Parts: sequence; C-alpha cells; structure tokens
Amino acid sequence: MTTGVTFPRVASSEWVKFRSLQSTPITVTAALAGMIGLGWLTCALNADRWPVMTAQSRARLEPTALSIQGYVLVQLAFGVLGVLVVSGEYTTGQIRSTFAAVPTRTPVLGAKAAVFAAVTFVVGEVAAFAAFLGGQAFLSSQDIETSLAEPGVFRAVAGVGLYLTGIGLFGVALGWLVRHTAGAIAALVALVMVVPGLASVLPESWVPHVVPYLPSNAGQALITVRPSALSLAPWTGFAWFCGYVVVALVAAAVVLKRRDA
Amino acid sequence: MIEARAVSKHYGGRTAVDGATFTVVPGAVTGFLGPNGAGKSTTIRMIMGLDAPTSGSVTVNGKAYAGHAAPLREVGALLEAKAVHPGRSAYHHLLALALTTGIPRRRVEEVLDLVGLTGVAHQRAGGFSLGMGQRLGMAAALLGDPATLILDEPVNGLDPQGILWIRTLLRRLAAEGRTVFVSSHLMSEMALTADHLVVIGRGRVIAETSVREFIDRASADVVRVRTPRAAELRELLTGPGIDVTSTAPGLLEVHGVGSAEIGLLACRHAIPLEELAPVQASLEEAFMELTDDALEYRVHETEGHPA
Repeated sequence: MTTGVTFPRVASSEWVKFRSLQSTPITVTAALAGMIGLGWLTCALNADRWPVMTAQSRARLEPTALSIQGYVLVQLAFGVLGVLVVSGEYTTGQIRSTFAAVPTRTPVLGAKAAVFAAVTFVVGEVAAFAAFLGGQAFLSSQDIETSLAEPGVFRAVAGVGLYLTGIGLFGVALGWLVRHTAGAIAALVALVMVVPGLASVLPESWVPHVVPYLPSNAGQALITVRPSALSLAPWTGFAWFCGYVVVALVAAAVVLKRRDA
Repeated sequence: MIEARAVSKHYGGRTAVDGATFTVVPGAVTGFLGPNGAGKSTTIRMIMGLDAPTSGSVTVNGKAYAGHAAPLREVGALLEAKAVHPGRSAYHHLLALALTTGIPRRRVEEVLDLVGLTGVAHQRAGGFSLGMGQRLGMAAALLGDPATLILDEPVNGLDPQGILWIRTLLRRLAAEGRTVFVSSHLMSEMALTADHLVVIGRGRVIAETSVREFIDRASADVVRVRTPRAAELRELLTGPGIDVTSTAPGLLEVHGVGSAEIGLLACRHAIPLEELAPVQASLEEAFMELTDDALEYRVHETEGHPA
C-alpha cells in the first residue's frame, strides 16, 4: 500500500469531516425544505389569487421565478455553511490537527471546496427542480404554469444549483480569508445582500457599468427567465460570477500559504 | 531526530524565539523545559510547520515537516489546547486524520484502544474531560506509528493516573527507539520522565544537556552532617575552599568537601555521625537558577502604596 498524502485522500477526509458534524445535515435539510416549501407556497397563493388579480399583476407574474425564489434564503444557508466549514476549524483549534496531517495546506482548501461544491450542487439541483415542478403543478390549476421546454426555463432552473454552488464557494473562500465566523458571515451578507442595494444609489450614468457586474447580480442572470434591462446575458453573467469565485479562492490559497496557522 | 538551526520567530516587535539551536535524538525522552511564555509552543509550532520561522530552519528526520510525503507517519504531535472540533466524535476525528495519509481504519480502532477511549469513541469530543481530551490527542499523535513524537505539555490537567500513564507511555516509546520531545514547565515532571533536556528562557536555548548533568552542574555540592560533636568536627573541617555553616545545633552544612572525606575524617577522630548526606539540588532549584534572568513574566513583590 502506498502511503502519503494525496488529493483524493484529503478529499475523503474532508467528506468524513463534513458529514460527521450534526449541524451539516440539519442545515442541508432545512435549505432543501425552505427552497421547496417557499416555492410551493408562493405558487399556491398566486394560483389562489389569480382570479382576482389586476391585469398588471398578471402580466408581472413569472411562473419560473415564483417557484424558485426560495434560492434567496438558501444562498444564505449555503454561504454560511461554507464559512463554517472553514471558520469552524479555526475557532475550535481543529485546523492545527488538519495542517499537521496536511502541512502543504492547499490540498485542504481544494478538498474542502470540492466536497462542499459537490454537496451544494446536488442539493441545490434537487431543491430547484422539486420546487419548480411542484410549483408549476399548483399554478396549473389556473393554466398559468410554464414548462422546462419553454425558452430559458430549463437553463434558469438548472442554473439555481450552479448559482448556489458558487455562493457556497464564496462562503468557503471568505472562511479562509477571514477565519472568524462572524466576520466572514458579515462579509458574505454584505456581498450578497447589501452591496447590490447600495449600488442603486450610484450616479445614474455609472449604474449600467457597475450594477450588472456585481457578483450576485451577475450570477443571478443565469437563473432569470425574463431579464431586466440591466442584466447581463445569462452565461456572460455566470462567467463573471465564476470569475469572482475563482479570484476569491485563489486569494484564499495565497493567504493560506503565507499566514501562520 | 529533530534539528533546529538558529531558528527565530518575531511577532511584530516581540521576539518569541531567538536563534534557538538544538538537536533531539532518537531513543530518549527529551524534555523541552522553560517557564510559561519562554517560546516552547512557538518552537513546536515551527517544527510542525504551523508557523514559519522568521529566520533559521527546523527539520524533522532530515526534512522540513511540510516536505514529508506522509507527515503523520513521520511525526505525531500533541499540541497544546485541544485541536479537535467539539462537535465531532473521537472516532470521526481520528478517521478524518487517518484518511489523509491512507492509514487504515483498523489503526484508528487500535489507537482508540491503546489510549482507552474505545468506550466513548462515538461520543462528541466536546463532552470530553481534559484528561480524555489529552488521551484523544495522544491517540492522534500515535495514529501514524511515527518515529518522532512531539508533545506540548501532555500532562497538563491530567489526574495522577493520567500522569503516570503518560509517563510510562513516553518511556516505552523512547525505549522503542523513537524520538520523544516533550515540553513542560514542570521541572519535577521532567526529572521523572526525561533523559535529556533543552532548557529555554525568553526564547533562547539556555542549556542542552542530560538531566543528570543539569542537576550536577547546578548542585552546589553541599553535604549535610548531623553529629552531637558538631563544634569539634567543624574545627577539623578547615582548608582552602571549604566552608561550613550551621543552621541548627548539631547540624552542619559543608561546602567544598565530599561526603566520603568527611566520613573518613570523622572516623579518624572517632566522632559519631548521625547523618551524612550529600544534598542534591532539585531540578526545580537548578532550573530556577538557570532561568532566573530569563523569566518573561516575573512576579514582582510590590509594597503597598497608600493611595
């Protein structure tokens, strides 16, 4: 038997670590339930109100967005879980054991990212399709449902898993960069929720050059069927989003190599 | 084998370790002794590659720690403070470590058994007592069956049985030919466990010696003599370098002459001796003497000032 640290071995170690904490299945289950529950509930309520809706409201109703809007909550859950996967090691001292086993460190970063990406992608896709299909079933009572065959719908629904994976990886990168749970979560919330809001107060001439390129806005272009005037094209936006994630992870790796553990 | 070559670590303006050079050899327990804040933990963190030295180098078995393909098989470490996520069971903690290096699951069960944690292997480590935590740390250190063990204050917080267990384990590991490097601020503990000593104070290596030599060197070579004819004996004990003091009637403390000579002298003059004992400085005293100037956090006796 060959002995030594290899990436697949570190990844299997990280998988054991990930699943052996009680908080993990709880968070993942809650995220899944939240995504599906919120989508179904909103669709059911809208189907219910459809007969009394104004024409304007009816025109605004977008059946795909309605069913997958739970991602707004899930992105926070996955982002926070991503932070905790890393900051939890620093706050408990576990990181010293981890780096004693893998002193080159970067395989740990890579393995944590890979394991977490795999989990968030699978859970995100399952949640998105379940939310979508169930939501459309509620909407079909008023014949206002859409289907995966309609233009852009499959891309938007499948995109939810990709987007959530990216946000989760942002959380992981912030965990490495900040190392403290509270600070990293604050940075995550600022990135995903505060910055897009602040950007709207920019001088009007700047808005089209800034707002679409913000990480969360760029990523959300992929999961929108009816884009706003400010949206980037779906895959262009997602490419920007992936670029930010990669930059964050690379920055984390550089810092990780240099800092004392 | 651990070799530190002029290794230094500065944190901002503060010097934690200052040009430390020492060698830790296999087949013996080497104590790493120093008062709190002397730089023991920082040195150990540098050996383990957790902190990068500001200058100098440390190698383990000939290579920088991070240069080993299977570090856990080279070095087992018990680091100060629990290095365990409290939400994970002892079993999963060890399994996760073992998997990184391809150490089989069977070995995880073996070390759990070795440290006596099999019964609580599936309980959360957060609920462990300090002693159980130290045992889990020892299990992690032994996981890769390493030739070198580095233990930072392993007896801290242990009950007498735990201390005895660690002591016996360390002696056994050294007897198996392993390099055992144990830090402690407890001189008495080192006197019982260690063969060699690396003494550190204020980041500097003050002494690198065997425990025997360390005590001998620091011992003032005093012989205690109890006799009913003290005054008479005192008269006889004169000569260059000989100094006799008396702290109680019938009791002499003799500097500068060996106990054999005193015995012979007394015999020749038919002076009965009730006690004739070389007084050995304890490791504690020797240590205090050596590190007196090197204490970072000295307790000053201050007089109360009226407000």
